[in-house]
Amino acid sequence: MTDPLIAVALVLVAVTATAAVLNREPLRQALVLSFLGLALTLLFVFVQAPDVALSQLAVGSALTPLMIVLTVRKVARATPARHAPEEDDAHDQDGEADR
Amino acid sequence: MTRRGRLLLFLIAATVTTVLLVGAFVELPDFGTNFHPYGDRAVHAALEHRTANAVASVNFDQRALDTLVEETILFAAVLGAVVLLRQVTGERRRPPRPARVSPAIRRLGVLLLPVALLVGLYVVAHGQLTPGGGFQGGVVVATALHLLYVAADYRALERIRPLGPYEVGDVVGEAAYVVTGLAAMLGGSTFLANVLPWGTLGTLTSGGTVVVLNAAVGMEVACGVVVLLATFLDQVVEIDEESDGARPGTGESR
Amino acid sequence: MTLLPYLVAGWIFLVGLYGLVTSRNLIHAVGCLAVTQSSTYVLLLAIGYRDGGTAPVFADIPTDARVVDPVVQALTLTDVVVGATVTALLLALVIQLHKRHGTVDPDELSELKG
Repeated sequence: MTDPLIAVALVLVAVTATAAVLNREPLRQALVLSFLGLALTLLFVFVQAPDVALSQLAVGSALTPLMIVLTVRKVARATPARHAPEEDDAHDQDGEADR
Repeated sequence: MTRRGRLLLFLIAATVTTVLLVGAFVELPDFGTNFHPYGDRAVHAALEHRTANAVASVNFDQRALDTLVEETILFAAVLGAVVLLRQVTGERRRPPRPARVSPAIRRLGVLLLPVALLVGLYVVAHGQLTPGGGFQGGVVVATALHLLYVAADYRALERIRPLGPYEVGDVVGEAAYVVTGLAAMLGGSTFLANVLPWGTLGTLTSGGTVVVLNAAVGMEVACGVVVLLATFLDQVVEIDEESDGARPGTGESR
Repeated sequence: MTLLPYLVAGWIFLVGLYGLVTSRNLIHAVGCLAVTQSSTYVLLLAIGYRDGGTAPVFADIPTDARVVDPVVQALTLTDVVVGATVTALLLALVIQLHKRHGTVDPDELSELKG
């Protein structure tokens, strides 16, 4: 009964994993990675592994993408070739507030 | 090596690996097979020790030593990140500025924070009974605290998150695991043996040392993830390069 | 159907490695490593699955119920959490590299070394 669901989840995982690799822009990759995390969570629920699903939901779709986003911001901010630091800073603050 | 050469080398290696993998997959037990000798024995052992969640029993009772090593990897990784991302010479800390947050988000965040914290603690506490445990619940507790960053700003988060106690909590969690194992030895048993009374299957105190080790891991994971996220957030929000030739004026303007 | 889960695990492993080999940004490479690692989760849980089995949690099912293998689930569970902290350590290294050399392109980094 659950077999078709498992098959669908497996295909979803394969597709999102491929998309995560092919998205070479780290910010977009972080977003796709959290989709991969959700797809894996679904798969784990269907193969009767609620413990792992819970762990994957917390880690794979929240923690890992968050850390990647933070790293991207740090690296982008520290890159020397930037004009108008004030404007950039104000924008940063908005971004933080939005999150 | 050129980019093309590297890709070519990868394609050759990938082809060989594919052949080997498919060969191995064909020989693996069928997906959904009824033949699980280890699983059957693990379930038997879990029920013998009155632990309802067999996964928690495997983690904190049957392979408790492996989990100690895994916990140590986690500990070392957090420590490594903290050391790598410390404030170095030539960097300065600027106080985070208050941020504007829309009232709706603020209300939602304040509402969700206690709920998320409670869910995380529940997941840790019921690890031996229902799906969950120290690893999952710890991450939920740690990320729940960061709702305050979304709902208010970084200064509010820093007020409920003085890093010192969380660093201590990380160490205490790791130490409590080892001490529990040593206590079993002092009691005349082997390291990390399940020496506490097992209780009744399905009650909160069932499982013997599983409860203790689970709580220790929960504490370490929660504190470790808080410290980990703090080092990353500090880098983004607070720590800045001192202004030098490469970035004229930036240091002063912030 | 019987081979599909294993093949998916193999595919994720290879596609993650492809990303690692061709990556031009170390942050992207760390993301690809996370993808590669998720192939182990799929493989482990696929091996432990039992047709018609339920989760190995005996809080509200009879103790002789047909359950899936808890051993591989325990392995995967710790794998997920430990994997995340290792990702964090690698990202910390990337930030440090960027502070020292001002780039996150692995090719430029090897050029710097001479």
